[in-house]
Amino acid sequence: MFGLSNPQRFMAFTGPLTPVLWAVAAVLLAVGTWLSFSVPADYQQGDTVRIMFVHVPAAVWGLGAYSALGVSSFFALVFRHALADAAARAAALPGAAFTALALFTGSLWGQPMWGTWWVWDARLTSVLVLFLFYLGYMALRASIDDEQKGARAAAVLGLVGLINLPIVKFSVDWWNTLHQPASFLTPGSSGLDPVYLPPFLTMLAAYGVLFAALWLTAIRTEIRRRRVLTLRARKALEA
Amino acid sequence: MIHTLSISELTVSRGERLLFQGLDLRIQAGEAVVLTGANGAGKTSLLRTIAGLLRPDAGEVAFHDGDGNPLDERLARGRETHFLGHQDGLKISRTAREELGFQCDWLGHVQCGMDDAVQAFGLAPLLDLEVRRLSAGQRRRLAMGRLVGSPRALWLLDEPMAPLDARWRAVFADQMRRHLDADGLILAAVHDPLPLPARTLDLGGLT
Amino acid sequence: MSRPVDAEPRPPGLRGATRVLLERELDLAWSGGGGPLLACGFFACLTAVLPLAVGGDPRTLSPVAGGIAWLALALASLLSLERLFERDLEDGALDLLALGHLPLESVVLIKALAQWIAVGLPLALTAPVAALALGLPPALVPLTALSALIGGAGFACTGTLGAALALGAKRGGLLIAVVVLPLFIPPVVFGAGALERAASGQSPAPALAFLGAYVLFAGVIAAFAGAAAVRNAQG
Repeated sequence: MFGLSNPQRFMAFTGPLTPVLWAVAAVLLAVGTWLSFSVPADYQQGDTVRIMFVHVPAAVWGLGAYSALGVSSFFALVFRHALADAAARAAALPGAAFTALALFTGSLWGQPMWGTWWVWDARLTSVLVLFLFYLGYMALRASIDDEQKGARAAAVLGLVGLINLPIVKFSVDWWNTLHQPASFLTPGSSGLDPVYLPPFLTMLAAYGVLFAALWLTAIRTEIRRRRVLTLRARKALEA
Repeated sequence: MIHTLSISELTVSRGERLLFQGLDLRIQAGEAVVLTGANGAGKTSLLRTIAGLLRPDAGEVAFHDGDGNPLDERLARGRETHFLGHQDGLKISRTAREELGFQCDWLGHVQCGMDDAVQAFGLAPLLDLEVRRLSAGQRRRLAMGRLVGSPRALWLLDEPMAPLDARWRAVFADQMRRHLDADGLILAAVHDPLPLPARTLDLGGLT
Repeated sequence: MSRPVDAEPRPPGLRGATRVLLERELDLAWSGGGGPLLACGFFACLTAVLPLAVGGDPRTLSPVAGGIAWLALALASLLSLERLFERDLEDGALDLLALGHLPLESVVLIKALAQWIAVGLPLALTAPVAALALGLPPALVPLTALSALIGGAGFACTGTLGAALALGAKRGGLLIAVVVLPLFIPPVVFGAGALERAASGQSPAPALAFLGAYVLFAGVIAAFAGAAAVRNAQG
């Protein structure tokens, strides 16, 4: 039904890989966290600069996860490959979580920096829109009873979302120039002090590996879930 | 024009359930094939697959003209195939005339075809009524109008006569005979035997 | 009595089929509870409630009049989307539409076009009135109608796509809103932006150009993705 041969190879290949990824992610996170607190505080932002080491990687990989979702959707649509569909489905929740984390930390950062919990800054607004894209994808997937149809409809939406993302991003940036807000010190803006590069890059890598680990684990879970469903269906037929 | 419909090695499943596997079927102009089988054996799915509404897991549906040349699938379906399913595809808020006119025009013929349809299925007294006022049998006759109103070679019929009474069944049988005489092709899923000579394809499907 | 199959098939031509389907869609849009009137009524209600919520002071309302009008337009465009494909799926008419001379991509576009004519056009005529009531400078009225007309085409295309995606879903109407509203961001930004630029004495042309480009883009995406979604729902 789901072309078991390829998922089998996938399971065999990722079986040993997944724990390694988890371990690497844990080590990188630990090192990154230590580095984050060992660098000196910013002369302007003080200790709040450390939020950046959580916020920016989360935002970057929230976007990365949506790209993974969109590309997987494309393969699911064109080649009707079950593994690609499982990959798209599995990317949604970690991606949404990363995006939510970016929004949350962005708002935490905003409080000391700007004095409000939320600022309609182009970058933060784009992350919010990305989160809405995730919501739409998950809502569509969950509302269609027929699982295969829901999967394909969601794949179409994932691909449409991927194509639309740059356009929405462009419109938000254009909107931002239109309203010309007071020039904030935007999160992750240029002029990052080189002293912050080691923790920042370490955390960026840590989040990337963490996403890979989460994604692979979720795909493997999804494949197992489908196997169980197939087995149950077969059993029901034999009974 | 479609002269031959050939189905080879067709496998169709719905969700997790395999309906049929490696099915072969060939229908030629002037031929009718009756599709039988238990409920859930995949009669409707086979018809929908031939109509291009359902994607098979494997196998092929091909259309050929009288000289054996393959026809473009999209054109064969979009211009020469009628699919009459369980549902009539009628809008209850519109009048029978509007709906018959739309179905005939959309599927590709001209208003004069509509007159044939009205005559064939005794639709004249219904035309000014809204579809919601029609009985199931009347709606089916209205939907059948498009078979006559916009002539197409291949008829895919799913329990076409279920809501009809004896009188209109006879009328429809007559229309099917005319269609076959005019080198049409018919594939019909039915419970009762068709009142005309036809081969039978049994999908079985004892669960 | 004509012999059905003997008669040489005379296809009505693509233009004929387009007209036939468009007429039917417009008829359904009007007959189904007066869809356009409903959308305009909803639009009027939104613009009436807003001053009551934020206060009627012209100094508060006037600067945001264009923006509010655009938000209300986006919301009102969502209203009748659910019936666009769902009813055709329920009563089997979608099968009929899939077996016509026109490919499904064209069917989706024609439905979007009908949606634009039936809902977008009346809304574009209502929008300037609403914006005026909220304190938009009268000089901007033509621009409001023009941008609402262009943007309405974008709403119709993207909305039609959303309606096709939500086929077979529980609570389709709400789902369409969640799926479609994030995709409505560009037309809202460019449309409201055009008004804002004009209000501040700049040329609205770039914003209108972006809006037009979005409409073309949305049309292409809606045709292909919408047809894929419809096929998926039928299969």
